[in-house]
Amino acid sequence: MGFTTLKSTAVPLPIENIDTDQIIPARFLKATTREGFGDNLFRDWRFDSNDQPKADFVLNDDTFSGKVLVAGKNFGCGSSREHAAWAIKDYGFAVVVSSFFADIFKGNSLNNGLLPVQVSEPFLAELMETVEKDPAAEISVDLEAETITNVSTGNSETFEINAYKKMCLIKGYDDIDYILSGKADIEAFESKRVTF
Amino acid sequence: MAGKTLFEKVWESHVVSSKPGFPDVLYIDRHYIHEVTSPQAFDGLRKRGLPVFRPEQTSATADHNVPTINQHLPIKEELSRFQVQKLRENCAEFGVELYDLGHEKQGIVHVIGPDLGLTQPGMTMVCGDSHTSTHGAFGSIAFGIGTSQVEQVLATQCLLQAKPKTMRIEVNGTLGKGVGAKDIILYIITQLSAAGGTGYFVEYAGSAITSLSMEARMTICNMSIEMGARGGMIAPDETTFEYVKGREFAPKGEAWEKAVAYWKTLPSDADAVYDRVEVFNAEDIEPWITYGTNPGMGMGVSQSIPDVAIGGTAKDMTKALAYMGLDPNQALKGKKIDYVFIGSCTNSRIEDLREVAEFVKDKKKADGVNVWIVPGSKGVEAQAIEEGLDKVFTSAGFELRQPGCSACLGMNEDKVPAGKYCVSTSNRNFEGRQGPGARTFLVSPLMAAAAAVTGEISDIREMIA
Repeated sequence: MGFTTLKSTAVPLPIENIDTDQIIPARFLKATTREGFGDNLFRDWRFDSNDQPKADFVLNDDTFSGKVLVAGKNFGCGSSREHAAWAIKDYGFAVVVSSFFADIFKGNSLNNGLLPVQVSEPFLAELMETVEKDPAAEISVDLEAETITNVSTGNSETFEINAYKKMCLIKGYDDIDYILSGKADIEAFESKRVTF
Repeated sequence: MAGKTLFEKVWESHVVSSKPGFPDVLYIDRHYIHEVTSPQAFDGLRKRGLPVFRPEQTSATADHNVPTINQHLPIKEELSRFQVQKLRENCAEFGVELYDLGHEKQGIVHVIGPDLGLTQPGMTMVCGDSHTSTHGAFGSIAFGIGTSQVEQVLATQCLLQAKPKTMRIEVNGTLGKGVGAKDIILYIITQLSAAGGTGYFVEYAGSAITSLSMEARMTICNMSIEMGARGGMIAPDETTFEYVKGREFAPKGEAWEKAVAYWKTLPSDADAVYDRVEVFNAEDIEPWITYGTNPGMGMGVSQSIPDVAIGGTAKDMTKALAYMGLDPNQALKGKKIDYVFIGSCTNSRIEDLREVAEFVKDKKKADGVNVWIVPGSKGVEAQAIEEGLDKVFTSAGFELRQPGCSACLGMNEDKVPAGKYCVSTSNRNFEGRQGPGARTFLVSPLMAAAAAVTGEISDIREMIA
């Protein structure tokens, strides 16, 4: 946590509707800790049934690396498993760029210091092309200014992030501390809550 | 001033505090937890030295990662056994009621909540599971959350949540023969796509919705997340009250009268304004089936797979059809299948089992097809046995299993082998969802029963009077 700017190469994954079952299949959800999910990130796209790496999958291609994952529209749809955000973070990514994120995944990412950056379709298309053509191409993200830049083309775009969540990411602020700071409000609410 | 929607009424009555630029602090009436998405949350509480804030408003069960045979024996698989054991320890330590494996109230969390009367109109409910939207059928705000949020609710009984936009989906008219709630929701998802509802909370309305039973309404609300909507809800009415009345945790006596009077104030006002409205005709809906790898890739059973990409790029469509071993313009009717799964939080309730039993009575499953029927809870299982449905299933050659999420997500041993076709009443046809390489066709319980009997994808309308 606590990052404000990042400049990195990126890994392109030009597929739409990537669901959380692809990010981390259910059979790997048996762990009771938050660590180690990166080993099984995109498990069935990354490894064959004999656990051998599939050469044609981008995470097995040494050409591409970096802290930014660039993916197609509607990233993270499906199950609410936070393990998906844990797996992406654990693998080493700090930012996911897409033109659209599923709600629950977006929230889970922000709660784990993984930044979902939602950009326009044209910006994503250009970024995907840049990265696919030139694995050394860099992306820079400025959380404070809410901008993302395709360094090669110089094109920038602003992205939106909830002001509270931004503060959490920058200052390492904690949701539970925040809610419990208003514990008196909760108890006051409970005294007048509708129950039967 | 415009009136309020059902969603707004329930949301506003649960806001503890609201600050500009901050998400609302939303009070949660009921928190359901299960073994897979809670252990890290309890660990978080321990690290913080916090108790569960309102344990009596928290209910736990083991459902996702449990075997569906020999539930009286220790779980064979080590990691699964450890995960369920961890839930036991956490619930004991933090004082949370657990409906453990073997308990008469155990079952899929979204089946037992309504069945026990824990789920009631006007409530806010969350669970670390995206299909929590199921409970919206009662006119409550119910949605899935991640594990950090499970920890948040355990610690505070509240959730930081930005208010979503509202969408009204109306389905008017009369459903045709062999068409039910599952077909309605699959149809809607096909029309709006797997991302079409993202950012919205849906209210389902219209004569085709209000004429449905509570269990059918649950099937509709259950799949709201499959179009990206955080939740779906249906206004409480006499059907709702009739269902809730007399259930174990439902209000009784004078409290019941007060509750009903309050619940009657919840339906959306006639002049309420929604951010978006979609209207469909029940007559346009036929028995529905998915052909691709997200629930938005669906069609009527009499139709052929489109040759243009729907809800994705051409490349995605090619990838999906290659995974499914299908081609554009191909009809699915007559396609041989290998497995049938009847179960999941979408379709494992007693009405689903009754409907299937009525159809398969005096029929046999096709040779070479494996049919798993998995009741949603111990309560459903007991009811099915009492009604003699178990005998109908076994004499048809179906395997009646014990309650759990089972082959919907294949966390336990109930996996469909790679390359095999499974006709399933569950909610997701994602790649590998039912097992690595498994190919899923999502359908209604009746369509699944038809496929079980013929061994191929069949049009239920041609098989019933």
